Amino acid sequence: MDTIINAFFNIDIMRQAAPLLLKGAWVTLQLCAVVIVLGISGGLTLGLLASSKNAAVRLPAFLFIDFFRAIPPLILLILIYAGLPFIGIRVPPFVAVCIAFLLNNSAYFAEIFRSGIKSVSRGQTEAARASGLSPAQTQAFVILPQAVRNVLPDLLSNVVEIVKLTSIASVVSLTELLYSANMARAVTYNSSPLVMAALMYLVVLWPLVRVISRFQRGLSISS
Amino acid sequence: MSAPQPLPTLEITALEKRFGDTQVLRSIDLKVANGELVFVIGPSGSGKSTMLRCCNRLEEPTSGAIHVNGKPMLGITRRDLDRMRLQVGMVFQGFFLYPHLSVLKNVTLAQRKALKRPAAEADARALEMLDKVGLKHKASAMPGELSGGQQQRVAIARALALDPKVMLFDEPTSALDPELVGSVLKVMRDLREGGMTMIVVSHEMQFAREAADRVVFMDGGVIVEQGTPSEIFGNPRSERLRAFLSRVSGEAA
Ligand SMILES: Nc1ncnc2c1ncn2[C@@H]1O[C@H](COP(=O)(O)OP(=O)(O)OP(=O)(O)O)[C@@H](O)[C@H]1O
Ligand SMILES: [Mg+2]
Repeated sequence: MDTIINAFFNIDIMRQAAPLLLKGAWVTLQLCAVVIVLGISGGLTLGLLASSKNAAVRLPAFLFIDFFRAIPPLILLILIYAGLPFIGIRVPPFVAVCIAFLLNNSAYFAEIFRSGIKSVSRGQTEAARASGLSPAQTQAFVILPQAVRNVLPDLLSNVVEIVKLTSIASVVSLTELLYSANMARAVTYNSSPLVMAALMYLVVLWPLVRVISRFQRGLSISS
Repeated sequence: MSAPQPLPTLEITALEKRFGDTQVLRSIDLKVANGELVFVIGPSGSGKSTMLRCCNRLEEPTSGAIHVNGKPMLGITRRDLDRMRLQVGMVFQGFFLYPHLSVLKNVTLAQRKALKRPAAEADARALEMLDKVGLKHKASAMPGELSGGQQQRVAIARALALDPKVMLFDEPTSALDPELVGSVLKVMRDLREGGMTMIVVSHEMQFAREAADRVVFMDGGVIVEQGTPSEIFGNPRSERLRAFLSRVSGEAA
């Protein structure tokens, strides 16, 4: 028992590692902010394209969505980071992570937005268009607000997944939370920094997860 | 020389509509004069909804022409179509209020975004129209809090707020509980008395008798017969209309 506490819950080591981990957490936070905004913007665009009546627009969007949902994000990241220099483009780790996350997250967000748009009845579009609203106005003021409301729990769940997924940035030596924790582990020969990192994720994500299940329970009661 | 014909408010000329191989409308001609209420009856699948939906191009006509106050609805740019649609109000069987917006916002949305009315003017107009349908006190309610009959009256106010030249009603009371039908019909009767031009597709034959200037009977994608309510209900000429009327009165009994 003592050895377990010593190896995983060593307060002294956690205290020593704290400054490094806080720096890592700050990088993770910045990374999350950027990739979530990128993913939602890309996903919304792609979701609208995938909802188009025009097959020449819709099919490429579907292809993109399927492709990047099927590729493991870790492989995608390594390919981008290690592959881009071969075509003469050198990118810092942060940018490589952003590109990989844009491709991966857009695909997931797009699928959520698309199902949200599909869940809004055709009559809503017809009523809006019949009253002289343009297609863009109809999307912006009538369809999307309802679509987002209908898939809000899925959107939030995806945000939680993305926050956790940012830890894969450690493989390209981005000094985010997991990378920092792992460094501290290597220096101290002790796993407590990793546990500390996990706790930091937990503190941030737990409330969010609670909110989501609240939402989902609310939805299933009302439907 | 004959007196110049007044311009019809809505004119449908040689309208055809096919869905793939099925011909749904065959050469429909219909002129609706200013202030006239034309009531459309016919069996299910006869093309009543399709005809209405062609008038504001929710369905794309296969051929023919539609004019509102002499201006074409077909062969125009999308922007012009959006402008023309402001002149053609539409009321659906399913209401289709925007569930995420308050009653007031439902009535102001197209005023603000399509007509570009300033907010204060749109609000004032919306309250005026809500008052007209007896629902001014519900302005801040959400659509989900209203009964079906109230929702349909808001939908009518929403269309009226855009100052349309003609109003199209596609079975406006068919989705309502019987006790709520009367309130919607009353609003429509008031509208007619106010001089609104209307085309009404409905099964409310009593309303047709009282309020319609003209009744049009459609079957198989053509207008089989038309006339005043007393001609159509009292003295049907075609066998098809007689069969339809006896079937409908049988259902009602
Ligand atoms: N989008 C569509 N695609 C294919 N066929 C259609 C479509 N819309 C309507 N139709 C067909 O066109 C015909 C006329 O339909 P429409 O809805 O205009 O009839 P209606 O007179 O309004 O009937 P109801 O009284 O049941 O509402 C029907 O046979 C219907 O199946
Ligand atoms: Mg119909």
